[in-house]
Amino acid sequence: MAERLSNREGIRGMANPTRYGIERVAYWLQRLTGLGLLAYLIGHIYETSSIVNGKVAWEKMLELTQTPQGHIILTIVIGMCVYHTANGIRVMLGHGGIGVGKPGEPEYPYKAASLNYKQRLCIWVSIALAALAMMYGAAVLFGD
Amino acid sequence: MAVVAIPKASEEATSAPTPTTQPNTITLRISRFNPSNDSLPTFAEFKIPVQKWTTVLEAILHVKQNLDHSIAVRYSCRQASCGSCGMKINGKPALACYTKISEIGSKVVTVEPMSNFPIIRDLAVDFKQLFSDHKKMKPFIMRDDSEITPGTKEFVQTPKDLEKFLQFSYCIKCGLCNSACPTMATDESFIGPQGLAQAYRYVADNRDQGKKDRLKIVDQSHGIWRCHFAGSCSHVCPKGVDPAMAIQLLRGYLMGFRK
Repeated sequence: MAERLSNREGIRGMANPTRYGIERVAYWLQRLTGLGLLAYLIGHIYETSSIVNGKVAWEKMLELTQTPQGHIILTIVIGMCVYHTANGIRVMLGHGGIGVGKPGEPEYPYKAASLNYKQRLCIWVSIALAALAMMYGAAVLFGD
Repeated sequence: MAVVAIPKASEEATSAPTPTTQPNTITLRISRFNPSNDSLPTFAEFKIPVQKWTTVLEAILHVKQNLDHSIAVRYSCRQASCGSCGMKINGKPALACYTKISEIGSKVVTVEPMSNFPIIRDLAVDFKQLFSDHKKMKPFIMRDDSEITPGTKEFVQTPKDLEKFLQFSYCIKCGLCNSACPTMATDESFIGPQGLAQAYRYVADNRDQGKKDRLKIVDQSHGIWRCHFAGSCSHVCPKGVDPAMAIQLLRGYLMGFRK
């Protein structure tokens, strides 16, 4: 009831990347990959902690990652890691006011200087780097 | 017997002026909601004639005038100067007076109240929080002396000094940026892009001496650090204010990139 009266979009609105250009898609991907990497980190700690249960338990756990499903998950993790890092650097520099343009007299049709081609290029480069890293990772993992 | 002369094809082309502005018919879906009576918003549909210059606000006013006068909508200047008629048009925040139906490119136009603002009724939303956050930013020049003190001169600024904050002073407080912001969607205590951009507007003004005060106000958990530079605020701003740029430049002061 309170949410309806406040009329907030909530998580569904926040997680909708479709309405506000590539910058919002980049924001959405950054959050998604962040959550994905957090899940991987927890899984990774769980996996490596199995070593305290002895060599047999450790090798049994390792076998799980040596399956096609395990390779697919690792390939996705590589992509998430590369995108999150590359786009994160762009966002961190932007947060310091670097690469967001200079204030000036706005002229119709009022294109925002902060949503400039350098920012867009960096987003596309981040996506492309992630795709390349995934392809390389997949080639290594599935290659043998 | 009456004889009707049929003009030849070539004659017809020159003698009969064809209307160039045939009205189209579109379906306008208006969100209806009265918090005191309704449990959920509903949509009322109206078929209305539009010309290529008809704005969404004119279409709503056509409905209000001819089909259903009970629709609640806030508007005033009709020229993107007052910031009253912000609403979601086909899911995206925009000024109704500044959006032509022909530019939307759809035969169905859906108008809803702006997200992240409480609904008063139908398309009218409550701006209490926006105005309160705006006031918190102390939107005035802060300094000890004054231009009107006898014996003092006006505070001179160069065009370069002016350029540093001018675009941010064009904010009309329409609330579209707050409506598009993904952080505003989930954090009701967030100051929002409008307030933060106004803080920068005064911090960047070389006549102002309240930078420390304002930076202290925005440097809090629901303040500037909750902006993740999604850029949606600047994407929807109808006046070219670019709140995303203002927020990042303001954060530059807190991070030590700017003095």
